[in-house]
Amino acid sequence: MAKARPLGVIPLGDAAAYIEFSTTLDLEVNSVVQSLALAILKRKVAWIRDVVPALGGIALHFDLDHAEFPQKPLDEALALVNDSLKQGLATKDDPGREVELAVCYEPEFALDLNEVAKKASLPAEEIATRHAAGEYRVLMMGFAPGHAYMGGLDAKLAVPRRASPRAVVPAGSVAIANEQTVVYPYAISGGWNVIGRTPMVLFDAARSRPSLLWPGDRVRFRAITKAQFVVLAVNQ
Amino acid sequence: MSVRVLRPGLLTTVQDRGRHGFQRVGLCPGGAMDPVALALANALVGNAPGEAALEITVTGPELAFEEDTLVAVCGAEFQGGFPHNRPVLAPAGSRFNVGRAVRGARAYLAVAGGFAVDPVLGSRSTYLPGRFGGFEGRALKHGDALPLRDSTAAERFSALKKTRDGSVRWSAPPLTLPDREPILVHVIDGQHFASFDSTSQRAFVDTVWRVAPESNRMGFRLSGPPLGRPQGDEILSGPTCLGSVQVPPSGVPIALMADHQTTGGYPRIAEIASADVARLAQLAPGGKVHFARCSLEIAAELRRHARERLDSALSGIAWEYSRK
Repeated sequence: MAKARPLGVIPLGDAAAYIEFSTTLDLEVNSVVQSLALAILKRKVAWIRDVVPALGGIALHFDLDHAEFPQKPLDEALALVNDSLKQGLATKDDPGREVELAVCYEPEFALDLNEVAKKASLPAEEIATRHAAGEYRVLMMGFAPGHAYMGGLDAKLAVPRRASPRAVVPAGSVAIANEQTVVYPYAISGGWNVIGRTPMVLFDAARSRPSLLWPGDRVRFRAITKAQFVVLAVNQ
Repeated sequence: MSVRVLRPGLLTTVQDRGRHGFQRVGLCPGGAMDPVALALANALVGNAPGEAALEITVTGPELAFEEDTLVAVCGAEFQGGFPHNRPVLAPAGSRFNVGRAVRGARAYLAVAGGFAVDPVLGSRSTYLPGRFGGFEGRALKHGDALPLRDSTAAERFSALKKTRDGSVRWSAPPLTLPDREPILVHVIDGQHFASFDSTSQRAFVDTVWRVAPESNRMGFRLSGPPLGRPQGDEILSGPTCLGSVQVPPSGVPIALMADHQTTGGYPRIAEIASADVARLAQLAPGGKVHFARCSLEIAAELRRHARERLDSALSGIAWEYSRK
């Protein structure tokens, strides 16, 4: 864990910086990035208004008009990261928040089940079993509010994205591609393979914690029936 | 007290300076596409610079005022019989008819006291893709009545010296409007600039790009010669920023604007200097832009200049109000 060190600071223009730790996806490095993001958030640096942990690094977005905005923000950003690493990430062994998401894998919702089964050379029933058996971690959020990229997918389920994206993927769709799984928070376009649907609302701006999932969360999926889906959809 | 919408215009939304702190859950800050014009419009009616105003896009709305309301429109120039960049008292029962934009693309209509809509996650900005914030999370439509907060600014306005048409003699400067096109926008090299071949690198700065019709608050697509694919390995998806210029496989660059996605997997050839983002936002579809590469130091210098010009305009407005 301690081996993770920043490779460099890349300016995202003059209003943000990306501190890169890895150019490829490495789950151990990502875990450090998650703890680091929390450590930096805890410091409440006045001129940093967004801290975004990503697959291979962390972005810090600046408040350019803030009185404390420094002359050399990139140096300050790197110093902040190195300081936090040096002090030791208190949350090093933190398993992350645990979240369970109910998913109905029945054919009505599993729009790409047969295609995935064919690509993965697995019987269709096994797709849901394997997906629900996994333990996942939110590696990065983006694309849409509440949309989490989760790592930890069973290697047997690692199929490529659909050849042509869907114009509209129904809200709550649980989908897989490559070695990750996602849940679509809204009805939006997307190219991942849909294998189920959750009745839970992933993002609601009216909630005090608007997003159901947060970076670093550990996520499990629990298979439910269509009848349970309907009940949960109404009662959440 | 409210403002009634008689005709909504192309895209009229409530916007302030956006919501920050939620990019880690994938929510962009959003807010006014041209925050400079927003600050000026607010100052003219005595509001704090980040108060919510109406962002009017390309074709304006027609509004009716139920009571005497102090109004200011800043940013793009629109057809219609109202003064730009000045405070105007719209009498009870009067109508404001905002026509088409003749220079620039977006104007901000601020009312004294501001619009009485509830903040969502710390901002009154409308986030259209998520259908929340602003007025019912959507663009205005015919028949809407926007509630206003009380304000004493109209009294202060009545104390100002007026011309015969009831307006003031002075005006705020249009700080973000294009004098001529193409406009020049400064960019810092993007993370993947070096992996584009030299032909694409040159084409990016040599081309006069046009803002394509399928541009919106999320991003401006730039028509011109398609850029080549960068060399090297597949890139890892990562964070993006307001003003990131990404190049998808089609080769058509996209400049990320206020409602941008917070992460992306396309190579980023450039990042627009923050001082120039508001000026780019003033281009309508068809508008022309070319890019000049600059250092971070120059970008900081541009930012200081822009800040000074805005501060000087804001203190000019404050001075006019303080003079009896």
